[in-house]
Amino acid sequence: MWKWLHPYAKTERCYALCQRLLPWFSVLGLVSLVIGCVWGLAFAPSDYQQGDSYRIIFIHVPSAILSKAMYSGMAAAAFIGLVWQVKTAFMAMIAMAPIGAMVTFVSLITGAAWGKPMWGTWWEWDARLTSQLILLFLFLGVIALYKSFNDVQQAGKAAGVMALVGIINLPIIHYSVEWWNTLHQGATILKMGKPSMPPDMLQPLLFCIVSWMLVCAAIFLLALQNEILRRDIRRPWVIHLVKGKNIGTAQLGSTSRGQI
Amino acid sequence: MQFDSINAFFAMGGYGLYVWLSFGLGLLSMALLWGSAWLSKKRLLQQVVIEQARQTRINQARQAANNHDGKNEQQN
Repeated sequence: MWKWLHPYAKTERCYALCQRLLPWFSVLGLVSLVIGCVWGLAFAPSDYQQGDSYRIIFIHVPSAILSKAMYSGMAAAAFIGLVWQVKTAFMAMIAMAPIGAMVTFVSLITGAAWGKPMWGTWWEWDARLTSQLILLFLFLGVIALYKSFNDVQQAGKAAGVMALVGIINLPIIHYSVEWWNTLHQGATILKMGKPSMPPDMLQPLLFCIVSWMLVCAAIFLLALQNEILRRDIRRPWVIHLVKGKNIGTAQLGSTSRGQI
Repeated sequence: MQFDSINAFFAMGGYGLYVWLSFGLGLLSMALLWGSAWLSKKRLLQQVVIEQARQTRINQARQAANNHDGKNEQQN
């Protein structure tokens, strides 16, 4: 397996793989996101207690799950980068950080918009809410630390260590609703036994979660390609890539070809 | 369809503001991330072309200078 996987650490192969996967994730993600939103907004039944306000769940839960998934992915990439000294892993790490920050932000804001009508407050210093806010700061910290170095290799190492240390926050977020008395409700899907939700609400919710995963994967592929391009912008394979796409071939004189 | 009319759909049983705020923000944030990533990629690929054209001009100028001087200037 390692023999098969290893060539993808090379930026050129990695870029090509992203390029091949990108259309699939983009199209599937976009279509499923639209279907999921329409399903959740118009066709899922309303809640007997919360009425139609519960429909926020179809954005809130996918974004919250994705925030933790993105952090896990970022920390895994940081680990690979630190242990095996794979440069591409650091690029994947920093490509994931802004996406993770954005979905965490969305989960916090949608949570506030749900909390206002149901709890009567936009914000409460509750264990789940606070730990999720810390997750947002961790994402922003990783980005800020990465940007504060001029040398990308050093930046990757420093931000990678921070990403790994911050992983302690993930179980705290997940179990915060059990360990402390919180305003936030307990786990509905990811728990022992059956999910405590009727199937005609659960199905669109699971659909929305999958669609957010696909969309985030598509954005990640693009962001990783950008990181690779930024680092390899003067390397021959990038120049050949652009030539192959026939963008401005007229400007590329034949004399330069011998030099690169 | 759970709603009787389009107005009822937008009202969301009185929770319209909160529901549409959430969906609006969620979809907008995804669109922003996607759009900015796509735009950066386009710009980076254009930058490669510009850089390449610049390199070509430098090489041509250097060659022209060498031919003109006639001295065996070594490129370093």
